[in-house]
Amino acid sequence: MAAAIEAKKNGIDDIVILERDVQLGGILNQCIHNGFGLHTFKEELTGPEYAGRFMAEVKRLEIPVETGCMVLSISPEREITVVSRAQGLRVIKADAIVLAMGCRERPRGALNIPGTRPQGIYTAGTAQKMVNCEGYMPGREVVILGSGDIGLIMARRMTLEGAHVKVVAELMPYSGGLKRNIVQCLDDYGIPLKLSHTVVDIRGKRRLEGVTIAQVDARGVPVPGTEEDYACDTLLLSCGLIPENELSLTAGVSINRATNGPFVDDALETDVPGVFACGNVLHVHDLVDFVSEEAGRAGRSAAAYIRRQGQKANAPKVIRVQPGDGVRYTVPSTIDLNNMDGEVHLRFRVRDVYKGRSIRVLAGGEAIVTKKRKIMVPSEMEDVVLKRDALKDCDLTVEIGGGV
Amino acid sequence: MTRNMTCIGCPMGCDLIVEVENGVAVSVTGNSCGIGKKYAETEVAAPTRMVTSTAPSDGGGPVPVRTRVAVPKDKIFDVVADIKATVVKRPVAIGDVVIEDAAGTGVPVIATKAVE
Repeated sequence: MAAAIEAKKNGIDDIVILERDVQLGGILNQCIHNGFGLHTFKEELTGPEYAGRFMAEVKRLEIPVETGCMVLSISPEREITVVSRAQGLRVIKADAIVLAMGCRERPRGALNIPGTRPQGIYTAGTAQKMVNCEGYMPGREVVILGSGDIGLIMARRMTLEGAHVKVVAELMPYSGGLKRNIVQCLDDYGIPLKLSHTVVDIRGKRRLEGVTIAQVDARGVPVPGTEEDYACDTLLLSCGLIPENELSLTAGVSINRATNGPFVDDALETDVPGVFACGNVLHVHDLVDFVSEEAGRAGRSAAAYIRRQGQKANAPKVIRVQPGDGVRYTVPSTIDLNNMDGEVHLRFRVRDVYKGRSIRVLAGGEAIVTKKRKIMVPSEMEDVVLKRDALKDCDLTVEIGGGV
Repeated sequence: MTRNMTCIGCPMGCDLIVEVENGVAVSVTGNSCGIGKKYAETEVAAPTRMVTSTAPSDGGGPVPVRTRVAVPKDKIFDVVADIKATVVKRPVAIGDVVIEDAAGTGVPVIATKAVE
């Protein structure tokens, strides 16, 4: 929606939003908790309220929307094959496409947890949809594996709905979610968080009866003798999100192994001309405000691409942005110096927990930006703004430096 | 007395150091903005939380709701019980008051999604 709004405001009238769900808003519709929109709207909103603001703007700008339709493929020539009950099978030829398909959750099958295969095991987001949108409780005695934000939010949600959340186990020695969610979702309700712990066994034939949790060593291997049994009828998994790029692949977009999202330049354009990406399909975010900002930028870029009929304003001069020490990836991975805006947001995640260190952006071995950070954690995306004037005609490396 | 806490005012989660005297926060450091200072003062005096939940509706699915502002932390479960005992009449718009006064807190509960 944010991409469509910006494209419209930048002079493009022939737009359509293709949505698989029956309503706009995506995952925000099931995120009924507060904490959205503090940066964008300077208010603390819930997910549906945040989405509602954008829906109102889409409506005001009279941007066409098709819900309940499924895109089957996108060709490198930007032909979109879409099927819906209302209109059957169609091919839409687009001048530009903004990919905004979001991400999906890592399921049990991808986690290799030993044990039986009873009912009662859900990803946290599936449980969230059942409870918040459909009004069903997945179970009463709950263990949560993984401390991603959805897992933490669901620990509180299930508690408020009358369930007993016994423990949240996290494989890593640090939480996968935001600090505020540990405080207000676990600490407030006395739910223990066990770091460096994982589920090593699942029991139950028809319905889940219990799980075994064990401590893991520095390599993530369970430590014998530390096993603890928990009786439960529900196991929620909050073990990571993966950008949903099946359609990007049909278009021939190259995928970054570090993010599982497309490689993009500073305009958020993929390596297929006229195809842009934003939000969780590009890289998994923790703040919706960042998603909307990024989507707006993709929408503006798509509009500019159409206005210039695919031609760049200036001859490109492309530099690469590379992750250095302590940095897992960067978005974007290239910057076109001759066509970029006055500044570019460089977003990335760190590999480990770093206290009292700094972010350094190096150009030809020289630091052009140094930002002090009290603490950096893998669960919280970093954002550094690079000014056009500070860049030189050489590749950039982003790394975690010492204290300054 | 010094209390360490994590601000929940926004996703930044600033680590706050709060000097408390006689149950009142006399100094707050570590915050990046006014929200952190206010959070620390309230958290020391009388902690509050915004409550979000879903209320049943007449014939439709659950309607997401929230308290308009934060309510005392010890009233959370009472507020949820009130929400669960309420049946929302459709159609409902974002911001419509669903409960005038949730569990005697004086705080209204509002709908957070338009449901037809």
